[in-house]
Amino acid sequence: MSDIGTRWQDLPLGGVILEAGNSARYLTGGWRAFRPVINWVKTPTAKACTKCLTCWLYCPESAMLAVEGEFTGVDLDHCKGCGICVEVCPVKCITMIEESQFVEDPLQGAEVAA
Amino acid sequence: MSKFMALDGNSAVAEAMRQINPDVVAAYPITPSTAIPQAFAQYMADGVVDTEFVPVESEHSAMSACIGAAAAGGRVMTATSANGLALMWEMLYIAASYRLPIVMADVNRALSGPINIHCDHSDSMGARDAGWIHLFSENAQEAYENTLQAVRIGEHEDVRLPVMVMQDGFITSHTMERVEIYDDADVRTFIGEYKPYYPLLDVDHPVTYGPLDLTDYYFEHKRAQIEGMRHATQVILEVGAEFGRRFGRTYSLFDAYRMDDADVAIVVSSSTAGTARYAMDVLRAEGVRAGLVKPRVFRPFPAQELCDALRSVKAVAVMDRAVSFGAMDNGGPLWLELLAAAQLHKLNIPIVDYVFGLGGREIKPSQIESVYRDLTVIAETGEFMQPVTYLGVRGEEDYQSAAPSLLPAREKGRG
Repeated sequence: MSDIGTRWQDLPLGGVILEAGNSARYLTGGWRAFRPVINWVKTPTAKACTKCLTCWLYCPESAMLAVEGEFTGVDLDHCKGCGICVEVCPVKCITMIEESQFVEDPLQGAEVAA
Repeated sequence: MSKFMALDGNSAVAEAMRQINPDVVAAYPITPSTAIPQAFAQYMADGVVDTEFVPVESEHSAMSACIGAAAAGGRVMTATSANGLALMWEMLYIAASYRLPIVMADVNRALSGPINIHCDHSDSMGARDAGWIHLFSENAQEAYENTLQAVRIGEHEDVRLPVMVMQDGFITSHTMERVEIYDDADVRTFIGEYKPYYPLLDVDHPVTYGPLDLTDYYFEHKRAQIEGMRHATQVILEVGAEFGRRFGRTYSLFDAYRMDDADVAIVVSSSTAGTARYAMDVLRAEGVRAGLVKPRVFRPFPAQELCDALRSVKAVAVMDRAVSFGAMDNGGPLWLELLAAAQLHKLNIPIVDYVFGLGGREIKPSQIESVYRDLTVIAETGEFMQPVTYLGVRGEEDYQSAAPSLLPAREKGRG
């Protein structure tokens, strides 16, 4: 896909996309209303992530990140917040939290640390 | 060497398709265009074409299959009429927006309801904003020749748009005429080889057709589509001129008949133009300086060219074989568009509309004479009683011309 700002004269005919796999450049994180938050540390009431990669397998957006086979977290630029990871997690260590909880001032849109 | 054959309009288009030998034809039969896929299926069975014929289960599927085959890189054709065209509706827009030069024969038939199988232009006129090029044919010869040219026009690199070729249902599609069919080799030289732009079958260069196109790109793609339509006018003229050099009949955006010294003019497309030519020749013999303009191209609309052709007359009547319900004065699409063109191109003469022939209602020379007679009065006074007249419908007789007819008695009897 051409970059934003491309003039109509410079677009491929018929709206085709000439580059394979370019959907990675289309950021869909802004569609999210609820954010999956991973519990990394075991507590008396909650289990910790075992890095089993079940969520990585099921995520329809490939937004569960892994480096050399080890689960590292959620790609928030692409996660649409569907919650499938929560459903499939065998230890139930993922919680969906409303996006507004991460915004200090909704008008400014500045994020607080999760 | 060309040869003369006795063909009806459908068979003439099927002959063109045989010569074009497209990669894929996907069609669903509907009256009065059924004979086109039927004849083509026979060519398939006889092994005279190499085409993949897809007998689909609906017209929506027909156009969908055409789009898929065209995106794959094939030269693709289909045929339909009326409600078949209506069922293709959403896919018509998609074919145009993907810039796929599909060629479709549309044998004009009234849209239901109540159900009617006969000719009017409500089907293709309803699809006038779908992004297709529209070519109207007066007779079987023109239907054949427009189909051949449609391939070149749509596939031109400056255009890349689908083209529909119209002929009048039954009046042209089922009437046997003497049609000149050109030599297969000459036609294939004229058509040339198809060069697809982004064929899906080119697996070394994978592309995506029809991706999500939201607020960020849709508008730019539509603007690019407009550019294809803008170029189409010039390409239609070039292809029409080349066709004339090769085969002897030059095609333009419209035909002007006896317009050089005309005081009044009728603008009418398709088979009725032939009837009008007959009526005006009779009137000419009586001294009425009548002219005729027969639009061939409706999309892209030749606004400036039509206005220039009409600039020397004092009054114009458009004859519309379709009505745009609720549009200005409930007139027809050709009239509405010509009025807008006249405003833009400063053609300041009375232009009235005669909606006629809906659902195949016969249009007679005497009725066309009455239109010319009305025009003569409008030209003299500069005024008209009503902008839109429904010609030949029972209950509207009070609005018809009361002037005595000049046509021979046998014509009056028929009128």
